[in-house]
Amino acid sequence: MKPRAWFARHAQTLIGSLGRIAQYPIGALLIMAVIGVALALPLFLNVFLQNTRTATSNWNQAFDISVYLDKQAAGTRAQALAQQLRQRPDVAAVRVITADQALAQFRIASGFGNALDALPDNPLPDTLVVTPAVASSTPAGTAALKQAIADSPDVQTVQIDTEWVSRLDALLEILHRIIWLAASLLGLGVVLVVGNTIRLDILNRRAEIEVMKLVGATDAFARRPFLYAGVWYGLGGGLLALMAVAVAVGLLSGPVGRLAGLYGSQFHLRGLSFGLGAAVLSCSVGLGWLGSWLAATRHIRGIEPT
Amino acid sequence: MIRFDQVHKRYANGREALAGVSFSIDDGEMAFLTGPSGAGKSSILKLIALIERPTRGQVFIGNQNTAGIKPRGIPQFRRRLGVVFQDHKLLPDRSVADNVALPLIIAGGPKREIDKRVRAALDQVGLLGKEKSRPLELSTGEQQRVGIARAVVGKPQLLIADEPTGNLDPELALEIMQLFKRFNDVGVTVVIATHDAHLIDRFSARCLGIRDGRMAAPAGAAA
Repeated sequence: MKPRAWFARHAQTLIGSLGRIAQYPIGALLIMAVIGVALALPLFLNVFLQNTRTATSNWNQAFDISVYLDKQAAGTRAQALAQQLRQRPDVAAVRVITADQALAQFRIASGFGNALDALPDNPLPDTLVVTPAVASSTPAGTAALKQAIADSPDVQTVQIDTEWVSRLDALLEILHRIIWLAASLLGLGVVLVVGNTIRLDILNRRAEIEVMKLVGATDAFARRPFLYAGVWYGLGGGLLALMAVAVAVGLLSGPVGRLAGLYGSQFHLRGLSFGLGAAVLSCSVGLGWLGSWLAATRHIRGIEPT
Repeated sequence: MIRFDQVHKRYANGREALAGVSFSIDDGEMAFLTGPSGAGKSSILKLIALIERPTRGQVFIGNQNTAGIKPRGIPQFRRRLGVVFQDHKLLPDRSVADNVALPLIIAGGPKREIDKRVRAALDQVGLLGKEKSRPLELSTGEQQRVGIARAVVGKPQLLIADEPTGNLDPELALEIMQLFKRFNDVGVTVVIATHDAHLIDRFSARCLGIRDGRMAAPAGAAA
């Protein structure tokens, strides 16, 4: 067959199977809705995960480094070191909390005032709070800065409170895996749903398939309209899933923006990227095709004219 | 064109439909398979169309032993064969033209050529102008003629028909038979299974009598 005739034939079948689907719009919409819901769940979790990651990476930048000086160091040492650190390009700001200020704060905050009075002298050291420059707020940048400060004389301890961020990252990694597991299971569900629909469709069209085979149709020819039906189901389901996620993001972006605003953040909710949307559509089309291929290959082979 | 050599057919349910049938039909011949219902006429036609395979014995179609045709080759084989059924086996949700075009669409070809041959086939059975109708809008006789148009649209060398006049009144039945005769006149080998002895008498075609799965004296002579 000539390529042009081949394409014309496939295009005809493609449109023809769409016409068939359009004959039973309610049933077709239900199948697409089932596929859409199945795909929307992992997609929505994915949007949640991506946004959480973006938000926490923003927070990561806001980490200050706490520098505790030696108790033995002279009182002027803190100011001197602060001055020295402010010269560094990777430092945005340095705040000095003297031992006396720290004690006063602690007295108010802790309510241990009387107990503190019993101590012979102030147990707290002078402290510097160093804010890294934005450009150096990467994990590697802050680690280098931390090392540089730790190497300075009279510095006892340098602390960055990033441990909980690591824990959150680990949690998000687990969520990431869960999303993949859920997506795989639901993808399998889509294959089964489409397969079952196509199976019933084939049984309904048994007589037609028999006639086609009687006048010389190959299994592949009889199968083709069902494969295209599966493709349409997948495409419709994928579009519905994208619409569902878009609506959900739209509903949430206002409240999330307000919450971020309360924390003084510019963060705003982001939906699916164009690339991911296209990937979702091709994936749902692929799943629809696979489901119909499995059902059609199996059941059309079994139908022979009698 | 057709040769049956000691053909036996036993179905899965144990019924023995054919018990050693031998006959041959020449190229361009027209033959009737006659006999009471259940005699094995349909089984013979099913063996010709490769819907069934012989339990024993051999079936040759166009000098080809059908035992050598693998399942993969059956579609190609059927494209060279025209089959007409008692119940027409038309697709009710497609137009007359689409029904007739089905074998050509399956075989593949330019749309213009398909349209041309569909119109020619409908013209031959006298249904030109009914292209857009649905099969169920037509009379039984017209539906049968659509079935015949579909069987001949691929220009087969062999046309087989199973009780093609079974549901028709005598006048329409005669028309249908004359239609088959016209195809035979242009060289197509035609094999028709029928139990209508009166109809057969009006044609000068060979009669192969079948009774209880064996060759017998033609029904007309026996009756």
